[in-house]
Amino acid sequence: MPETKKVICITCPKGCTLEVTSEGQTVIKVDGGCKRGHEYVRAELTDPRRMVATTVRVSGGIHPLLPVYTAAPFPKGRIQELLAELRKLQLTAPVRMGDVVLVNALDTGIDILASRDVHPAGEVTAGH
Amino acid sequence: MALKEKYDVIIIGAGPGGLAAAISAKQNGAEDILIIERDLELGGILLQCIHNGFGVEIFKQDLPGPSYAQRFINEALSLGVDTLLDTMVLDISPDRRVFATNKTRGVIDVQARAIVLAMGCRERTRAQVRLPGTRPAGVYTAGTAQRWVNVEGYMPGKRYVILGSGDIGMIMARRLTFEGAKVERVLEVMPYLTGLMRNYVQCLLDFDIPLQLSHTVHRILGDKRVEAIESVQVDERWNPIKGTEEVIPCDTLLLSVGLIPENELSRKAGVIIDPLTGGPYVDDGFQTNVPGVFAAGNVVHVYDLVDWVTEAGFAAGKSAAKFALTLRARENRLIPLRADENVRYVVPHELNKDSLQEGNVRLQMRVKTPIEKPVWVEVRSGNLLVTRRAEPYARPGEMVTINLTPKEYDEVDRASELRIAIVPR
Repeated sequence: MPETKKVICITCPKGCTLEVTSEGQTVIKVDGGCKRGHEYVRAELTDPRRMVATTVRVSGGIHPLLPVYTAAPFPKGRIQELLAELRKLQLTAPVRMGDVVLVNALDTGIDILASRDVHPAGEVTAGH
Repeated sequence: MALKEKYDVIIIGAGPGGLAAAISAKQNGAEDILIIERDLELGGILLQCIHNGFGVEIFKQDLPGPSYAQRFINEALSLGVDTLLDTMVLDISPDRRVFATNKTRGVIDVQARAIVLAMGCRERTRAQVRLPGTRPAGVYTAGTAQRWVNVEGYMPGKRYVILGSGDIGMIMARRLTFEGAKVERVLEVMPYLTGLMRNYVQCLLDFDIPLQLSHTVHRILGDKRVEAIESVQVDERWNPIKGTEEVIPCDTLLLSVGLIPENELSRKAGVIIDPLTGGPYVDDGFQTNVPGVFAAGNVVHVYDLVDWVTEAGFAAGKSAAKFALTLRARENRLIPLRADENVRYVVPHELNKDSLQEGNVRLQMRVKTPIEKPVWVEVRSGNLLVTRRAEPYARPGEMVTINLTPKEYDEVDRASELRIAIVPR
């Protein structure tokens, strides 16, 4: 028996409500939203994923933390596992934006990237 | 870095609005640009917004806040913009003098041809939403907690209640959950969500964090530290409904109850503030009522998306560059008129060379001491005599006049100053 439910799309800031009709894991029809929204809804029913952003320890910079993020949406059910893994990391400045801080996290094929540069503390990068 | 005495454009604040203004001012012809920032580094609040979702419109990419900032920081620095970090601007005068201070330079006094105000906004606090109860530790604005958790590495507590369903509040609910804390509740006084729907889904629903609309904090309980808050349901006029009180044990209350444009400095410069937005009245080029003072980003009104702040920064930077260049062109055409031998003063004090293309310019002066015989009134550029006129005598009580005429334009055009003297014939 096909069932219809409403899903809020999180792909962009518009936050459209889509109506999805599905039977089991098979999507029969999606109403509302755009093409990217339809892709999101299909994935959400079968393999929900989220972008994950957190911090890892870094020494030698002006702050003790480096913000990092997943290069692609990460399996929602494994986020806590990923966070535990990232808590083990200890990096040292300098770090450049886009540096891979963890390759192929939890064998998902998804790398974890540095969100910004961290210069060694005391190194002048801009005026005082 | 050697600070210049005068800048084409000075920008107050190095968040997305300020960085965009700096880049665009440079690209639109302004040469000397200075950004003054009170934090230790460029980037503004984006640096603590480590979540993704930035740049969807401008970069067509889903970036974390620090990456969005880094792109603009790199671009501004590569364009040769001067920066003063860890520096607090104290005052701005209506004639665009900027007074600031920092640890190494002491008091800084710089002149701007144009100013872009890009101070952003600040969070509404407990006092501004009049939360009753004791005053224990553990009540923070969501942005303060965000700075501690994401940048400085402190956890403000273990069990949280968040007041306000704004984006920062919801994003912090998820972030604290990631770091092992328990978020007991998000309360919203309005009957609807005040942040983005996508954040409700990915920050609250995903982690089963309950949201209660039409609810607020009735009391804060605890002596040295927050021990609980008492929530209450409100009617459509925000009056508490008796009998709906609930005590929620927690050690920290975060407030995400709105942002207010930060305009203390703007007011000092004489900028008129719209009571509705909390920011300056601006024209379509983001110029305020004070000529040459522009404003961009959340200092004008609070935006939903950083991309729109960036666009406002680009527009304000362009207008500021245009203003500065017009002023600079005029300055290049202005030369001083100096009182030389036996002349006490000359009015006007300065001459716009282009005025001579339109007609005569009358110079008026008084002599220092009487000369009771025929004199020359001479206008010289260096040793070159530009023009002169004969008078039978010169007396301090009688004003002396000489006209510069379009015939003298070529000599004046080459001059860097004109000296006026009154000498015996």
